[in-house]
Amino acid sequence: MALLQRVAEQGRRVVRFTLDGRPVEALEGDTILTAMLTNGDRLRRTEFADTPRAGFCMMGACQDCWVRTEEGERLRACGTFIADGMRLLSNGEWNS
Amino acid sequence: MSEVLPPVIVGAGPAGIRAAERLVAAGLRPVVVDEAARWGGQIYRQPPDGGFTRPKTALYGFEAGKADAVHRAMAAIRDRVDYCPRTLVWNCEAGALDLLSEGASEALPFSHLILATGATDRVLPFPGWTLPGVFTLGGSQVALKFQGCAVGRRVAFLGTGPLLYLVAYQYLKAGVEVAGVFDTTPFTTQACATAGMLRDPATLAKGLLFVGWLRAHGVPIHNGVRPVRGEGAERVDALVWRDARGQERRTACDAIAFGLGLRSETQLADLAGCRFRFDEADRAWLPERDGAGRSSVPGVYLAGDGSGISGADAAELAGERAALAMLEDLGRPVEAARVKELDGRLARIAAFRRSLSAAFPFPVDWADAIADDTMICRCEGITAGAVREVARSGQAREMNRAKALTRAGMGRCQGRMCSATTAELLSRALGTGPDGVGRLRAQPPIKPLPVSAGAERREVA
Repeated sequence: MALLQRVAEQGRRVVRFTLDGRPVEALEGDTILTAMLTNGDRLRRTEFADTPRAGFCMMGACQDCWVRTEEGERLRACGTFIADGMRLLSNGEWNS
Repeated sequence: MSEVLPPVIVGAGPAGIRAAERLVAAGLRPVVVDEAARWGGQIYRQPPDGGFTRPKTALYGFEAGKADAVHRAMAAIRDRVDYCPRTLVWNCEAGALDLLSEGASEALPFSHLILATGATDRVLPFPGWTLPGVFTLGGSQVALKFQGCAVGRRVAFLGTGPLLYLVAYQYLKAGVEVAGVFDTTPFTTQACATAGMLRDPATLAKGLLFVGWLRAHGVPIHNGVRPVRGEGAERVDALVWRDARGQERRTACDAIAFGLGLRSETQLADLAGCRFRFDEADRAWLPERDGAGRSSVPGVYLAGDGSGISGADAAELAGERAALAMLEDLGRPVEAARVKELDGRLARIAAFRRSLSAAFPFPVDWADAIADDTMICRCEGITAGAVREVARSGQAREMNRAKALTRAGMGRCQGRMCSATTAELLSRALGTGPDGVGRLRAQPPIKPLPVSAGAERREVA
């Protein structure tokens, strides 16, 4: 279930990407954090305790929101915008 | 040679923009480097490009006029500054900044630098604070302002400071259910501080309006609260808290927005070699600055919340003031009357800030209640007990040794989220004051960067 709830600005163009292989939708101008958390309830699992994380500060300070792409790239979810065709994973760095 | 280098401003929030505006007015062409994609800083952050339509009155409320003025100021000088958005300054040494932009690193030499690096939420941990659904107050506001999203359907607001009531009010206005406001400050403390806040009746009135609005909509406001834990397995589903009488209570929610005031981003000032002092009001080590914004390093100036928390209005004034100080130091004429006016207004805001800190004090006993098994470091899962142990065993008497031994402060966030906690735990275990355990030395890169960015430094001409 989605963690973030859209309450405004819903008239934007739809962007299509995959989350753990599942085709899902976000809106243009969404960060990866918003795109993932309106389609699920975590960004990754931690490498230390295997617990779920969903970001924290949303302004590039806490570094809690790194996510992996299927290609192995690491992106900071709060500061990177979603784009068509992205293939994102929410299992964490060492579990994918 | 130093005269030929353009002045550099780090940060395009209210301080950085007003500094740039003043330098442009003096005929200089500053370089403005900012990590965000659009100018405005955190407080006046603008929505991304791509179909966002809410007007500024919806985004910034009572501050819409100020936000718009700051945005317009930057737009008006856009072609007279070298503006570098989406650019991280990851180091500062030997008269140059290291920048990371579009995955590539390059050095930017400077002779005169204004640091307007801003602030993030100050936090202390409680069990469950890493669960999905627990966000900072500032982050919760970013979600709403920048993305049109709420962090949950039923949100609990925890902590203290003006942001606590402001963000709760903004969420309520956006149609989100507010499960409650859980203020760590006792009611009597706030009531006593109200007299001092009469120095700025407009700001006080706004605060009272937020509280009144929340109450009128049935939102419970609790004072003197301490968190017990956030509950939930895969995501948060309740806040368990202790009320002012010590009674444990539970409030169902699917998100917690929390923060205990703000924390200055001082890493670049540290790397620039600025001398620091302990500030009692902010309960933090801050780079020294004179009333005009001069740091201890010639040519390096400080403005805005990045060198001490004083809010957006003060940041605008301090940004302009720092630019005027720079112009004075460059031997250029400055208008004495304007300097005097800025100094007067900054002094009045400083007096008001003292009342505000009295109304929303840092909960000094929170750290004592952190159980040994509570995770204090989000990056690497280090516990409070680990920090206390290196203090009690005599192995660490200050922050950097504690970091070396426990790794608290060594993870990806470089101590941004844990250093307030570590300082509290360490100083209390050692029986010193909060200023008795030193401060974490900043280390480049101040934020993670890909090795492919080429960390080698180009020759500085």
